Amino acid sequence: MDWVNALTQGLLLGGLYALFAAGLSLVFGIMRVVNLAHGDFIILAAFLSIVVVGVTGVGPFLSLVIVVPLMGGLGYGLQRGLLARTLDRGVLPPLLVTFGLSVIIQNLLLQTFSADDRRLDAGDISTASISIAGQLAIGWYPLVVFLVAALAIAGLQGLFTRTALGRAFRATADDQETVRLMGIDNRHTYGLAVAIAFGIVAVAGVFLGIRTTFSPDIGPGRLLVAFETVVIGGLGSLWGTLVGGVILGTAHTLGAKVDPAYRELAGHLVFLLVLLVRPQGLFAKPVREA
Amino acid sequence: MTRRRFLKGGAAAGAVAGLGALRVGPARGAEREIRIGYVSPRTGPLAGFGEADEFIIAGLEKALADGVAIGGKPHPIKLLVKDSQSNPNRAAEVASDLILSGKIDLMLVASTPETTNPVGDQCELNEVPCISSVAPWQPWFFGRGGDPAKGFKWTYHFFWGLEDIIGVFTDLWQTVPTNKKVGALWPNDGDGRAWGDPERGFAPALRKLGFAMVDPGFFKPLLDDFSAQITAFKNAKVEIVTGVLIPPDFTTFWTQARQQGFRPKAVTVGKALLFPRSVEALGPTGDGLTTEVWWSPNHPFKSSLTGFTSRDLAARYTSATKKQWTQPMGFIHALFEVAFDALSRAGKAGDRDALREAIKATSAKTIVGDISWAKGPVGNVAKTPLVGGQWGKGKQFAYDLTIVSNKRAPFIPTGGTLRGMV
Repeated sequence: MDWVNALTQGLLLGGLYALFAAGLSLVFGIMRVVNLAHGDFIILAAFLSIVVVGVTGVGPFLSLVIVVPLMGGLGYGLQRGLLARTLDRGVLPPLLVTFGLSVIIQNLLLQTFSADDRRLDAGDISTASISIAGQLAIGWYPLVVFLVAALAIAGLQGLFTRTALGRAFRATADDQETVRLMGIDNRHTYGLAVAIAFGIVAVAGVFLGIRTTFSPDIGPGRLLVAFETVVIGGLGSLWGTLVGGVILGTAHTLGAKVDPAYRELAGHLVFLLVLLVRPQGLFAKPVREA
Repeated sequence: MTRRRFLKGGAAAGAVAGLGALRVGPARGAEREIRIGYVSPRTGPLAGFGEADEFIIAGLEKALADGVAIGGKPHPIKLLVKDSQSNPNRAAEVASDLILSGKIDLMLVASTPETTNPVGDQCELNEVPCISSVAPWQPWFFGRGGDPAKGFKWTYHFFWGLEDIIGVFTDLWQTVPTNKKVGALWPNDGDGRAWGDPERGFAPALRKLGFAMVDPGFFKPLLDDFSAQITAFKNAKVEIVTGVLIPPDFTTFWTQARQQGFRPKAVTVGKALLFPRSVEALGPTGDGLTTEVWWSPNHPFKSSLTGFTSRDLAARYTSATKKQWTQPMGFIHALFEVAFDALSRAGKAGDRDALREAIKATSAKTIVGDISWAKGPVGNVAKTPLVGGQWGKGKQFAYDLTIVSNKRAPFIPTGGTLRGMV
């Protein structure tokens, strides 16, 4: 029964990991840029939600109505004003710029909100649970997080495969030059991609803030898990990100079931195994060499 | 002294001695300025510890402006403050900068071994007197390779130790009826490894008192899932939970414990429940949690510098910042009390050996209690009292910390008795 419990908790944990990773996956998949400030933007979104909740008095879930567009706008502006200037200059400049952003965001948050631990209060749902059988209980909140992650990824997948914007995204990811010949402004497309990624980041931030306490400095700690999730799932594959999250999540809980010290090890071993067997990730589309 | 050191040779030693010579020389006009360096974490993950620094230092403005009388002559004081950025390397860097460029006479350093240890090492290396606090003494002493037989020459520390926290926690647990099964949460970091050490940590002490410990093993901090630990605790019928956790880890554990229907009778953890805001962040589930108390407004002490009682200091902090008092405040204030006291007995300004001897001979009544290095567990360590407290619904703020166990320091009054968890 304990193993079933570990597996169930791992599955749900995978939803959280996928939610953390979806924004990273999107930017990585379309622009081939690793956003090192990804974790800090998640925390920024959580703090924005604190402000919105404080000013308007709505609950954290409703605050998404304001926080998501706000983060999306920030993402668009950031891409057009800053990140765009670093693309096409090799691998290093985007890494350096996003690393710098990470430091700047942490310190701005510290100056504005102090080092205090904060939390978004969602009421009873955060501790409520459904008892399945005997020792097995599923928390409502982890379940909601898993469903939200699945919905967000389904939504993104639909956007990618069924809309003109999605086609523009995929085309731009494939070949910037040709896309311009077809009358698509690749800079605008990139901007929109980052905007959508930041919208997902906002959702991840608010759900993290309800789940546990956060302070300005904990962003970078989330980056490694998000990165492994994306790589296991495969670049450019959104469903892969969800599956990657679930694989990593169950590896963590099953490893911890043996001994809490093996938890990270189990995750890293699965990560290495995937790199060995399928370096492009489990669900990556075959990449055509240009 | 200066001459002897100079003759020892070596470029670095020569440079340091040269500076020393300049400083020992007679001051022209006013008496020679005393320079104090202070290193603490103001930014980064440990920033909560340094949050009250600004307020504490502002409160000492008058004392600093008045200076200190050494050998009957008033000397002005210059305070140089540096941020460790919660990073041990940075702490060592600013310490060496304060010593070599800031030409300080005395170093003060506070908050966690990550700050006190690298700064202490720099002071030991450069032969500058250093007073530190707000880090349990074992990691400060043994973490720097201290030998109880020899001790250190330039660095002095006041705080409590692991034996006190074990004592306070077990005193708390003995006041509620339980099956004496303790579940432990030890993260794989400096504190977690020290507390969870199978020989010097909680385990042997608990065994002696008849408690059984369930230790699922070390885990990496910033964990998103505690189901393995919770399952282990449930299977072993654990009724008491302890640990030394960072606030996000405790929140994740505690929320998940509720989801999984795990309701222990007592939860006593270090670190995570230190700051009132961290407990407030837990919402209604923060009620009844217990933790160690090193200083509170109810501690029956007063400042030797300003005359304020503990209660005055906390009240002034709240009126100045609109924030609730925190435990490090008292110790940061006391650090300066000890510094002023030692300087006033140092005989001659600029004489490091005299200042060191003055620190060693300290017997000061401060806002955190009596401080004397004469009766420490090892040389260079002075102990301060530790009691146990419980968080409950507050009046002015969401939660108040009430002292509920004072077995180890009966002169600190309790404000109530331990309530069972609901």
